[in-house]
Amino acid sequence: MKVSELQAHGFQPISLPDGDREIDGVYIGDLLSWVMGRAQMDNAWITIMTNVNVIAVASLADTSCVILAEGVELPQELVETAQQKGINVLSSAKPIYETAVQLAGLVS
Amino acid sequence: MSDALVFHFDVDGENFTSAGQASTQVKKNLRQLGLPPDIIRRVSIAMYEGEINMVIHADGGTADVSVTEDCVEIVLKDSGPGIPNVEQAMQEGFSTATDSIRSLGFGAGMGLPNMKRYTDSMEIDTEIGVGTTITMRVNL
Repeated sequence: MKVSELQAHGFQPISLPDGDREIDGVYIGDLLSWVMGRAQMDNAWITIMTNVNVIAVASLADTSCVILAEGVELPQELVETAQQKGINVLSSAKPIYETAVQLAGLVS
Repeated sequence: MSDALVFHFDVDGENFTSAGQASTQVKKNLRQLGLPPDIIRRVSIAMYEGEINMVIHADGGTADVSVTEDCVEIVLKDSGPGIPNVEQAMQEGFSTATDSIRSLGFGAGMGLPNMKRYTDSMEIDTEIGVGTTITMRVNL
């Protein structure tokens, strides 16, 4: 499914410069090097980390989008950074597990 | 054979939040050269891990990236404290990063292992009190 289609399922868009990007699989993690070592290209990446390095990791690891779970908020300056770097970021009010379960039903 | 394309970067040791600028720029440059996405991803991640290491442990350094017909070579050079035990540092999970670094999501002990994982060759030249030079190659 496309990243932009997540909006119809309760995911709030925070930065959506490349909404037509296809999601292929999901990865969950907060340790950034672990994510870079394990996440696959085009994965939707679920995390609760919200510092600037998250945007860099999403860009370099080439994930399709970052999904901030547990309702954590991205600082406004990082919203701008994400938009400038073409990084899709959405948020979910649900806990990580419930977010993942929901995605499992949406992403093949 | 044509000359190598060379990119040079200074990695700022003071500024943790700007770490990744060199790797992001390299990613852009490699994209413009039309290299395959998988190669670009491997080079970018390996270089970013190296950049982060230089910021965390060595107060910055330099990064030189050259692209030839055969490979992308990344040379990261710092004047930091050196790595006392390279074999130990190469083990996944081993880290000497502080709690404040860990709170940023780093310090998982995956930096050097990821650099090795994503490149075709990696050489570490380190001397205590003098610095560390890491040379990585990704074959094209």
